[in-house]
Order: sequence, then structure tokens, then C-alpha cells
Amino acid sequence: MAAKILVYIDHFEGQPVLSSWEAVGAARTIAAALGGDVVGVVVGSGVSGLAEQAIAHGADSALLAEADALKDYRPEPYASTVAKMARGAGATVMLFPTTGRTRELAGMVAVDLEVGVTPDAIALEVKDGKVVATRPIYGGKLLTKEVSKGPEPHLLTLRARAFPKPEPVAGKTGAVEKVAAEVGAPLTEVSGYKAAESGVSLTDAGVIVSGGRGVSNSPKLTPPAEITDEKQKEIWRAQQGFALIRDLAGALGAAVGASRAAVDAGYVPYAHQVGQTGKVVSPDLYIACGISGAIQHLAGMRTSKTIVAINKDAEAPIFKVARFGIVGDLFEVVPAMTKAVRARLGK
Amino acid sequence: MNIVVCVKQTPDTAATVTVQDGKVSWGEAPLVLNPWDEFAVEQALRTKEAHGGKVTAVCLGPETAKEALKQALAMGSDAAVLISDPAFAEADSLVVSAVLAAAIRKLGDIDVAFFGRQAVDSDTGLTGAQVARRLGWPSLSLVAAVRSVDPAGKTIDVDRMLEEGRQEVRSQLPAVLSVVKELNEPRYPSFMGIRKASKAEIPVWSAADLGMPQMPAPALEWPEVISPPKVDTKCEIIQGDTPDQIAERLVGRLLEEKVL
Amino acid sequence: MDLQISREHEMVSQMVRDFAQREVAPIIKEWDRRQEMAPDILPRMAELGILGVCIPVRWGGQGMDYISLGLVCEELEAVDTTLRVVMSVHMGLNSLGVLQWGTDEQKQRFLEPQARGARIAAFGLTEPGIGSDVSALASSARRDGDSYVLNGEKTWISLATKADHVLWFARTDPNAADPHEGISAFLLETSTPGVTRGDLHGKLGVRAGSTGWINCSDVRVPAANRLGEENEGFRIAMSCLDNGRYTVAAGATGLIRASLEASVRYAKERRAFGRPIAGFQLIQQKIARMVQAYESARLLYLRAGWMKNQGLRNTRETSLAKWFATDASFEAASEAVQIHGAYGYSDEYDVERYLRNARGAMIYEGTSEIHQLMQAGYALGMRQDVPLRCELPAYNPQVWQT
Repeated sequence: MAAKILVYIDHFEGQPVLSSWEAVGAARTIAAALGGDVVGVVVGSGVSGLAEQAIAHGADSALLAEADALKDYRPEPYASTVAKMARGAGATVMLFPTTGRTRELAGMVAVDLEVGVTPDAIALEVKDGKVVATRPIYGGKLLTKEVSKGPEPHLLTLRARAFPKPEPVAGKTGAVEKVAAEVGAPLTEVSGYKAAESGVSLTDAGVIVSGGRGVSNSPKLTPPAEITDEKQKEIWRAQQGFALIRDLAGALGAAVGASRAAVDAGYVPYAHQVGQTGKVVSPDLYIACGISGAIQHLAGMRTSKTIVAINKDAEAPIFKVARFGIVGDLFEVVPAMTKAVRARLGK
Repeated sequence: MNIVVCVKQTPDTAATVTVQDGKVSWGEAPLVLNPWDEFAVEQALRTKEAHGGKVTAVCLGPETAKEALKQALAMGSDAAVLISDPAFAEADSLVVSAVLAAAIRKLGDIDVAFFGRQAVDSDTGLTGAQVARRLGWPSLSLVAAVRSVDPAGKTIDVDRMLEEGRQEVRSQLPAVLSVVKELNEPRYPSFMGIRKASKAEIPVWSAADLGMPQMPAPALEWPEVISPPKVDTKCEIIQGDTPDQIAERLVGRLLEEKVL
Repeated sequence: MDLQISREHEMVSQMVRDFAQREVAPIIKEWDRRQEMAPDILPRMAELGILGVCIPVRWGGQGMDYISLGLVCEELEAVDTTLRVVMSVHMGLNSLGVLQWGTDEQKQRFLEPQARGARIAAFGLTEPGIGSDVSALASSARRDGDSYVLNGEKTWISLATKADHVLWFARTDPNAADPHEGISAFLLETSTPGVTRGDLHGKLGVRAGSTGWINCSDVRVPAANRLGEENEGFRIAMSCLDNGRYTVAAGATGLIRASLEASVRYAKERRAFGRPIAGFQLIQQKIARMVQAYESARLLYLRAGWMKNQGLRNTRETSLAKWFATDASFEAASEAVQIHGAYGYSDEYDVERYLRNARGAMIYEGTSEIHQLMQAGYALGMRQDVPLRCELPAYNPQVWQT
């Protein structure tokens, strides 16, 4: 019997969560190994376009459940509807992109179907006709392999950016089958939304862009004539440098950090300080700009998963802990990176 | 209000966790109340302080997990129950949620159940939602604010922290809330609480006590636990003719390595 | 013989450690530089019950034992000495003195609000002209009907400008044959007319603490505020020191631990000559000595705490614990600075503060020299403790917790 790989297309008010397409891509790989079809699963109100997009990104067909009552994401009707679709389709495996919504949704669907659910997988392989997922545990200190021994489908949510995103194929078509939503009596009601808080806190940040004393070090910048004090000139230069760092942080959705040297020099407030005397951070990516890497700074960031160092001085100790290094002027490199990030990540 | 808070005992987050002979080891590091659960306990206590009632802490784990319950008691919980049975070893989230749902049913007449968003060891973040589903109660996950509780009208208003912003939800009670750290600042145990906790006799419920002679079988197995591959710490210097080219190459490498 | 700390004691340590590490450690450097006490410290310590930890519940306290007091002090000073100093004066030197010597009426008026942390308490013994030689006390108290009139100045008074209550020692009998015998103790409210006070700055250490002077100029206190009997003040002062020194000993033990932990962390992280400096034997020796000092100091203060719990006189044991721990904490902090090299010499790391903070405790509450004289005196049979009219009550959980 051909395998059915379902992919839940997550969205917020009809806007797709882009890692849904990565899940479609991963589903294609599994379908190829197991021999079977990829079916997009779309639930909501006014979301039929997402079914087509799922097909364009690689799904063979799609299941679509629409109802006014599904306009706002509420876990109960969504779970009932998705469980019904998975059952109806005879799903072998069902993938979700990991979001706040889908972790909950997948868990609840798993209860309805009495099947296993693997959250936040970072790698998948197919072995002996089964999906073997790898996911981080203990805050990423370890990885566990996880496999379903129970009834199908095995539900998995996939970490964003852990799987390649397929390009959509224009004009690709497939069947979109409508399924009646399982709405039930509402237990909750959504009264509104508030925009996400701006500014990312250092300790929670997945990405941090930090500046050091080198940020004031651009002789090319000429402070306005009214600034005569040498210290004020230095701070003015540093502010230009930190503006570039903030731009890059903005493009990456990152927090802004600083070395003690930059904080003591008055370039940025203490709240940004990373290091022995500041915050100890462990982001996925730490980009150190114009930071030499004194031991007390390293103490605050060396457990970052990937460190990028940008420094003029090729001998700076920061390069000893960095995975990637750029020997160059941060005033040229940082704006170029902001541009490149925006181009590649579309932010 | 009759409030339950489900907690877990985990290794301290500062622990060095390694794999030894295929088993997870955290060396001499202490076992603590799962840090996320502290926020759940705090919210349970605040709910009780605002509306009256009783807070019962429930933990599934071995005998040693009583220490996590003692922490919850020392913070101010009124009662604690340990659920422990060899039958629960190798439990996956499906089994855990069935057991906790059975415990909540056995406690009876619960208005609200609090969970931390996830446990810092298994990191699944599924339990609250799954327990809610088993009980047929609304699941309110990633709760960052409780705006109001109406015990008489049996409703609760919360903000949920979604990626796109805060979703404001009004829910019926009873409900399951799984909470994030923005919600509150957990209190320290009080001296009186510590005394009470250290003297507390914590009842232990087995599968039979829960009326679960037939355990749901775990659907998952874990063939292997590994340490993440050692990252090559050798610094790769990115070069190019222009800053733009260097930047593009770096971003390309970061994407290839799945850093971005 | 049971050297195992109870689970209850462990939880007490953990609670206070969490408070000090989360709320004080991140801000202490800034307040140390400013030479001011962080404004939230006393209210938070009050709110958490720390200011009344070992006072019976009926007197507003938390009903824990004297060992808990020691453990609390160890944890507090592991973050900053100024936190422990609060316990030394508010609890050790004042509140326990009232518990030991006070009437029920005095306990109600003074101890109860102190234990709740609603009132802060200090200890007024040291004067500009006298330190170790208490018999030379110059402050006076003149009986006048139902009250006493206090005159004199006290200096190096911790919490001088924060305290609501001061245990004030003054000479009631200037003609006593033995000058020790003419001193009395008073429970002084700092709001009383004639009390003036101020802060002292420029200290080497405990800069985030409050140290100052208090002056009494014709200050009238009711006779009901006299603690103990008239002319019993010297014995009261010495008994208070048995409790204050206990908190200093436990705190200094925490300082040794902080020096040890900082040194271990740094030695593993700092590299020289191609390897972590932890690999060098001379560094290892320093670490080993800190371990030795910590474990010894801890045993000494826990024994003193155990004796207090049992109601046993512990002047000798407490003096030994205080002398050993404070000298050893200075040594440990100094070696921690050495291990940290130039970084240790700057306020980039905490160890320079440890060193500055450790120094004072070799002076206050009995200089190291005084403790050596005491220990020699006991060993040579030249010194003997005389039973007191009121001993510090033994810890009784039933009494303390109801």
C-alpha cells in the first residue's frame, strides 16, 4: 500500500508559515523512500490558496477544511479536523512545521489517534520502512533518535530551517479535496491579537550581534563640526557603528550585545553587555563585530553554537573561538551582511 | 478554586549532560523542580491567593521526584501527590498524558490545571495540550498573561504567546494552561513552607490507584541518544574581493550549516 | 554524632542562595562602586523572612534553628559581605540579645517588629575612642526618675542610618570598682529626640553596606527600655558577640567558598603556556588550600551552631570559628586574586571585592588578636566562662514554631 505523507500547512490568518514548505520538501524525501504520496493539509477560513501553494511546493494533492469557525486558530476544532483528515486519508506519517500552534496541535491530534508524536525534529531518515527522527533534548546538549513503534501515522513537527525549502513550481496542479470541518461546541473564543513586543532580550535571543570597541574605529567617518570634544567624537562614531549593528540585528531578528569595553566607553547601555560582568548568553549564532575577545567576554558567549568574528586584526583572540571569521572593516562588512541576509532570507 | 499544578523533576539546566554507555548522565548535578514548572506553581499559587481554594502539585516520576514536589510545597502548595509505578518507565508523552489525566480525574472537581511549557530534559512541550485533550478541556498553551479569572462564571481570559503576537483568548473552565516565563516571577520557598515541606508525607499513587490496570502502550521508542557532533572549532576565514562578496559567502555558509 | 545536614537545612541554603544570586549578584558591583546599600536589600530580606530566620514564630520570626542562621549567613556572604553584615547586627548582635535577655514586654515591642523586618536593628558598642577595650566605654546613661538620659557617640556602626532600634551601651556607674561592671544596655529608638547619625564612606571593603556613626545628646529613654539589669551591660555585650561572631564565622566561610568557586572556574578557563592554568601544581596548591579552609571553617561554625541549638555555652568555639574563618577568608580571597592575575586585580571579576570585604572581619567583632588571646587563655587555664543570668535559649522546635 502506498504511503501517505501528510503535511500540515501552518498559517496565521491565512499567511503561510514559510517553514511549512520545508515540511513539504521533507515529506517529498520520505515519500520517495517509502513510495507514496504527499498530501497537504490546510485548515482555516479563506485559505484555499494555501492548498494550491502546498501543491506548488511539492504536494501531490491537498485536503482542505474551511469553516468560518476556523478563522481564528483554536486548538480544539483544528485538532478534531486534522485528526479526521489524517484518519480519512490513512496517513502513514504526518509532518508539521514547528510553531507554538503546531506543537500543541500535533500533541492533541496524537491523542485523538493514539499515536506517537515527535516534536521539533532536526533531521529525518527512513530506515526499515520507518521514519527515524533526530531531535534535540536537554536544551540541545544531546540528540535523541525517535521512531514510532505504534500505530500509524507517526506525527512529527520539524524545526524551522532544519530542512531545505523547495522552490514553488508555477502551474503545478493537483487535486484539492474538501473535507467538512469538525467544529464542535466552542470552548474558547479569540478576542483579539496584540503585536509581538519589539526588541529581543539578550538571554532569550537565538541570534546576537555584538559590538566592541572597534565599533568606534572608523576614521572615515567625520563627526559633525559642532562636536569638538574628542570623547564625544568617539561616541558619535560608535553610534554610527552600532546603528549598522542594529540594522543587521533587525534583519536577523537578533538581539544587540556589546563588550564591556564598548559599555564602559559609553557607546551603549549596560543592559547590552555580554561577558563575565554582563549577561552570559548561548545563542545559536553570535556575531562579534570589532570585539577582540578578552577572556571575560569569551566567558559570556563561548557556549554559543556558532560564532562569527568580524575584526580588522587577524590575530585577535576572538578568531580562536569563532567558526567563521572575516578579517576586515566592520563598517564595510556589516552593511554588506545586512544586505545579503535580507536578500537570502527575504526579511 | 480547586487548582492542580503538574510538575516534573529534571536535572539542573547548568548540568553537563553526556551519554555514557547509551544512557544519559548528568553526573553529580542536582535534580530540581523543572524550571518552567516554577512559573506554573507560581501562577497556581497566585490564582489561589486571588480566588481562594487549594493547590495540589502532581508529579509523575520515581520516588526521588518527591523532592520536586517538596519544592512546590515549600513555595506554598497545599498538597502533593507522587505518581510512581514501574509500569510508567519508558513512558512517552502519550502515556504521560494518560496518567496525568487519570490523576486529575481522581483528584476530582478541578477548576484549572497548570503546566510549565516544557520539561528541560525531554523538551517535548506536549504534555499540557495532551492532558487537556484527554480530559476534553480547552488547551491554553504558551500562556504569557492571565488577564482575569471568573470562578463563578467559570471563565478565564489569557494571552497566548504565538510567534506573530499575543493571542487574547477567553476560555471556559476547567482548562489546562501551559505557561511561559513572561507570565510571572516565581517566588522563593518560604521558611515556613520549607518546614512544612520537609515534614510532609507525600502520598504515592500507582497505576492501580489511578484505576489504570490497562496502560496505554508507548507509541515511541528511542533507539539511540547521542552527543551532538563536535563542531570543528577551526576558524574558517571567509574571503572575497569585495565586502558584498564576502558577506554573501558568509551568509551562504551559515545557511549551508543550517545556522540560519 | 551526625554530620549530615538535614534536607530542611539544604532547602534553606538553596532558597537564600537563589535570592542572593538572582537578585543581588547582578547589581552588587554597581552599588559597591557607589558606596551605597542597594535600596531593595533590606525590604527583600524582610519580605523573605531572612531578618527573622531563627526567632520563634510567636515573636514574629520564622522559627528556624541557629544552624539555619549560619547557613543563611554563608549563602549571603558568598554573594556579598554586606548582606551578611545585616544579619550580624540585626540578628546576631541585636535580636538574639533581646531574645536572650529581654522581658516579654521588650520582646513584644522590639523583637517582634525586628523579626518581621518591619524594624531594622543595630548594635552600638564601639566608640571613637574604644574598640577592643570595652571597659573604657565613655558614653553615659544617667538615671532620672523613670528614665535614663543618654549621652555619647558610637562609630563604625553597621546600619547606623538604616536602623530603627539600636542596642546602646552606656556607663551607668562611673565609679564602679571594676570598670566592666558599670555598663548597662538600652533599647534605643533612633526616632527619639536628640539622636543624630550619619554614614561613613571611604572604607576599604563592605562598600555596598551602610556603616556610620550615631550620637546621643541628652536622649531620654524610659527605664523600661533597659535590657537586663543595671550594670549588666558588659556581660550582655559579650553574649551578643557570641552570636554576632557566629554569623561572621559562617559568612566568612561563604566568602572562602566564593573565592574557591571563582578560582576553580577561572583556572579551568584561563590558558597559559598552552594549557588551562588548572593544570599547574602551584595553582592546584592554592585551590587545595581553599578547600581545606572552607571545609574546616564550615565544620567549626556548624559545631558552634549545634551548641547553640543544644543550649551549650559556646564562647570558646564561636571565637575559634570566627578567628579561623575570617583569617582564612582573607587568605583565600587573596589567593583567588592571584589566580585571576591582572583580571583579579580589577573589578572585572568579583575576587578583588572578596579581598576588600574579607579584611574588615579580621577587625570587627573581636580582632584576630583578641581571638588569639582568648584561645590561649582557654588553653592555659587563664580564662573561664562564668554562667550568665540569662543564657541563649536552646532551640526547641515546639516552642519556636508555635
